[in-house]
Amino acid sequence: MTTEPGNCTASELLCVMSARALEDGQVVFAGVGIPLLAATLAQRMHAPGVTILFEGGTIGPHVVPGELPPTTNEQRCTRKANMLVSITEVLLLLQRGYVDVGFMGGAQIDQYGNLNSSFIGSADDPSVRLPGTGGGNDIASLTKMIVAMPQEKRRFVEKVDFVTSPGYLTGGTSRVDSGLVAGGMYRVVTDLAVLGFDDGTGRMKVLDLHPGVTAEQVQENTGFELSIGPDVGVTELPTDEELAALRHLDPDKVYIA
Amino acid sequence: MTQSYLDLRERTQARDRSLREKVMSLEEACEYINNGDHVALGGSTASRTSMAMLWALIRAKKRELSFSRSIVSTEGDLIFASGIGNHILTSWFSQGIIWGVSRVMRHYTENKLARFEEWSHMSIGLRYRAGAMGVPFMPMRSMMGSDVAGRLDNLKEMECPFTGEKIMLVPALNPDVALIHVQRCDSFGNAQLDGLTFMDIDIAMAANRVILTTERIISNDQIRRSPDQTKIPFFAVDAVVEVPYGSAPHECFGLYEPLFSHMDYYAELTRKDPAAGVNEYLEKFYYGPENWTEYLELIGLGDLLDAARRGRSIYDD
Repeated sequence: MTTEPGNCTASELLCVMSARALEDGQVVFAGVGIPLLAATLAQRMHAPGVTILFEGGTIGPHVVPGELPPTTNEQRCTRKANMLVSITEVLLLLQRGYVDVGFMGGAQIDQYGNLNSSFIGSADDPSVRLPGTGGGNDIASLTKMIVAMPQEKRRFVEKVDFVTSPGYLTGGTSRVDSGLVAGGMYRVVTDLAVLGFDDGTGRMKVLDLHPGVTAEQVQENTGFELSIGPDVGVTELPTDEELAALRHLDPDKVYIA
Repeated sequence: MTQSYLDLRERTQARDRSLREKVMSLEEACEYINNGDHVALGGSTASRTSMAMLWALIRAKKRELSFSRSIVSTEGDLIFASGIGNHILTSWFSQGIIWGVSRVMRHYTENKLARFEEWSHMSIGLRYRAGAMGVPFMPMRSMMGSDVAGRLDNLKEMECPFTGEKIMLVPALNPDVALIHVQRCDSFGNAQLDGLTFMDIDIAMAANRVILTTERIISNDQIRRSPDQTKIPFFAVDAVVEVPYGSAPHECFGLYEPLFSHMDYYAELTRKDPAAGVNEYLEKFYYGPENWTEYLELIGLGDLLDAARRGRSIYDD
């Protein structure tokens, strides 16, 4: 049963919608935060055969409800895992081609899906020094990407201040020309819509709106012009089952605050 | 750090690689670290951080150290604020996502008091790996096209001589010293690690000196009963220090999880006025106590027991 609008928070909506972007049987390299929680939710719902990889070196864990890890490097990430390897080995799985989807959050994204988690303002004299790439650059360089983040004008900018994790760079063939021959941005899931990328130009476009959201609303919360076709779809609201499973996983609201 | 191959070998050959006792105190182990050294830290984020050894280095007032680690958490704040080093090479630097961006890291980097040199996670791993392999570089397929690579001057793109593809080369990193915290080792330095090994084995084999801190020292007989569990060999190790809860307030797999209430306290203390907050923390927990036991007493038995209960719970199901 789908829930009533307003029965879930923006981050719960984001979590459910991004969980749905994963398919059963996929190998998913998940970052900390919403991706970790959403990949775990997908395992509990429609995609029990999702294999999660964490950059701390975990292959195929089942995170325990109520014991969400604070980063992807603690023992909580290893619960019911199939195998533990070194950080370098788990990242090399991306390069070797074992991973279907990289799944990350983002601080700032641009029209070509480039992500910035390093600097706000200029890199030489930033107004904010952010924590940096972590595995982000490697994941975005080496596999197909799903990004989950709230849709806000200050986060969706025409050009990121700094390309930490590459999307389609300056569009067209620029990504492949730079030497990144595999992978690329696939979906951006927000609290308003599901977005994809144009095959030729590499620019972001709206695929589906969440129920009750208008195309204008999405555009208003985006710092560049989005292509929104007449055939744009509508997602389904989270179901009661999805929300119950999500709240069971994160009862302390560590990630779904 | 990148050094000539023959020099690297010579430094290794010059180490006493015999099967010998090397148990000492934290203070004695500090003698193995010289001002100006490059120090690699084992573990990652809030896991198996060599906190007790860093605590001793800060108390010994070491200077001009540079550091590298896969991912840096609160220990990076303390390195900057204590003045033992103002240059950290890592891929990610903040306490942990649930505590937000580190105010202390921001204070030191935005005011140009210290340097956070950002490399991708895998590139750091491959730099240590090249160092451990005794080769000058490793090729890899990430970092290209990004501004992360654009800000670094010691990596190179090249055309693969076999396939003609574009490829990124990252140079070997052979740290002067590696600080690694483990669950157990013998008095010779044969180290057994449980759970995630992070980049520790490559770091140990790449470094010119290795200091192990360990939760407990076991006999060499025990090591020989399960040599398949030994991840770092004795001849790569120069010093062994037994330090229970040597990673606190970070975690040590299977023994204790992060001390969450202490981590929350630290985040709160450094939120408003990062410089004053971190200095208050150093005064209280680093310069105040007489020894490591007093440090643990200040953190508090309640927090330690809670973390230990959670840490050991993974063996309960």
